[in-house]
Amino acid sequence: MYEAVQNEIADIWTMTKRNLIRYTRLPQLLFFSSIQPIMFLTLFNFVFGGAIGSHGAAPGGKYINFLLPGILAQVVLFGAVNTGIGLADDMNKGIIDRFRSLPMSRAAVMGGRTVADTIRNLVVTSILLGFGTLYGFRFMNGVLNAFIMVAIMLLFGFAFSWISAVIGLTLKDPETAQLAGFLFVFPFTFASAAFLPTSTMPGWLQAFANNQPVTYVSNAAREFALGVPAPDGTMLKLFLFLGGIFLIFIPLAIRQYKRSV
Amino acid sequence: MVSFAFEATDVIKRFGDVKALDGVTLKAEQGKIFGLLGPNGAGKTTLVRMLSTLTEPDSGYAKVLGIDVAEEPNKVRKLIGLAGQFAAVDEFQTGRENITMVGRLYHLPPDVIRKRTQELLESLNLAEAANRSVKTYSGGMRRRLDLGTSLIARPKVLFLDEPTTGLDPRTRLDLWAIIREMVNTGTSILLTTQYLEEADELADKIAVIDHGRVIAEGTSDQLKKRLGGDVIEFQLSNPKDSQKALQAVAKLAVKKPTFDENTLTVSLPVKDGSGVLAEAVRTLDKAKVELANLSVHRPSLDDVFLSITGKKVEDTKAGNHEKGRV
Repeated sequence: MYEAVQNEIADIWTMTKRNLIRYTRLPQLLFFSSIQPIMFLTLFNFVFGGAIGSHGAAPGGKYINFLLPGILAQVVLFGAVNTGIGLADDMNKGIIDRFRSLPMSRAAVMGGRTVADTIRNLVVTSILLGFGTLYGFRFMNGVLNAFIMVAIMLLFGFAFSWISAVIGLTLKDPETAQLAGFLFVFPFTFASAAFLPTSTMPGWLQAFANNQPVTYVSNAAREFALGVPAPDGTMLKLFLFLGGIFLIFIPLAIRQYKRSV
Repeated sequence: MVSFAFEATDVIKRFGDVKALDGVTLKAEQGKIFGLLGPNGAGKTTLVRMLSTLTEPDSGYAKVLGIDVAEEPNKVRKLIGLAGQFAAVDEFQTGRENITMVGRLYHLPPDVIRKRTQELLESLNLAEAANRSVKTYSGGMRRRLDLGTSLIARPKVLFLDEPTTGLDPRTRLDLWAIIREMVNTGTSILLTTQYLEEADELADKIAVIDHGRVIAEGTSDQLKKRLGGDVIEFQLSNPKDSQKALQAVAKLAVKKPTFDENTLTVSLPVKDGSGVLAEAVRTLDKAKVELANLSVHRPSLDDVFLSITGKKVEDTKAGNHEKGRV
């Protein structure tokens, strides 16, 4: 039993390293995947910032404080889409059959990919925090809570990586997986409290926006980063959601992986 | 009782309406090369995928070293290696990293992995390119690396699915040498191929498979004997002699002799080529038939395949690509 757990962890780590090596050998990939969120952060901050900042919705009177946690939610979500693209790409090549014929953990291929994408999300998150600070963002609730915010974001991205994994393993085509992945995350990021408060949205949209995970995680992040209290039950709902994702999508991903072609 | 290297019993596998395997039964002794010969779409890859635990039979069972692949796949995986027609290697890693990674996934101790990786890189002639990204490798190098990764755990049974398809003749000869060496160290090998000469050259035993069924089985010699022995071929100097020649030799033949007008060649199937040859020459001399050329040959596996399936292997190669990878 102990040995089995040890092998499981070792296999996931071996596969994580495989994916990280890919990022180090293709630094342009990491470069360009960081450019996009920096662009989002910059554009949103300077396009909307002036109009929002004066409305008092922004903590500390600065839109960047409101925006950054939301942008981070978007970034980790977009990062999660990569999990599906990468796995679909693997499925297209002989290498997945090699892995399936080895006495290795049946979860390791996906586990290694989701962990590697989470590490990648950590790198991009750090870069964004740097740029955010440059634009005036400040943590206002202590160092520990700042770390908790980052941890919540990464956990959020990690959970969505497993949804993305199922999409990629099912579609088996990287381009389709990319389209499907973004189709899935776009409404969640924009119809949410990530960039703007939901209070000005029409009622039917608010009903969706107030009750979905990107809003939960953005509000939770603001509470930890800025001390702005999130609506009641936000943390509970967020963790129920994430727990549900793990419970459903990890077994589903393993099933898709094991399934013979 | 010593178990078979691998065996299949009444294995059926359907993909939708297509029966990829339609009641395959075969057994392979340990320490030998078992050749699986057949055109594209015959079911070779499906059988390899089944024996290497990638797909389960719909009915019947498949075993490797006595272990059922569907019931205890992880036990089987520890004993096997798999290399295929599509090099299953990671493009972004170096050759050394690829083999090392697979060694880790077999849970071998690090020092064993390090030592064997180096040995494999050297014996596969990849030592110089070991620290280069696989992206820079040629097709033959990738195929050798693919084979190398499948050997890191010293598998007892090795599955090679068309390992030389699409390789140039020199690289193919290199791979043949490596495969022979593997068998000398006690490994049992399943080799699928479309190349009859490859099966002829390497395999101790051959099963011919077509439309998901084993249609013939035996050693290369046994399969050739099914054709009824040897063929004496003689080319006529004068095409007008053809009737005369056919009549003269008819009594020596086990099957009706044939005449090819384009090459002016009479083919005479006989039981024992060298024994009948002298008599054939005397008979033809007596009938005043002038010969331009004379030869005896044993039927090739090409002839065997043609006589069993009614088609040449090459005819079936271009069409229907077999579903699945590796």
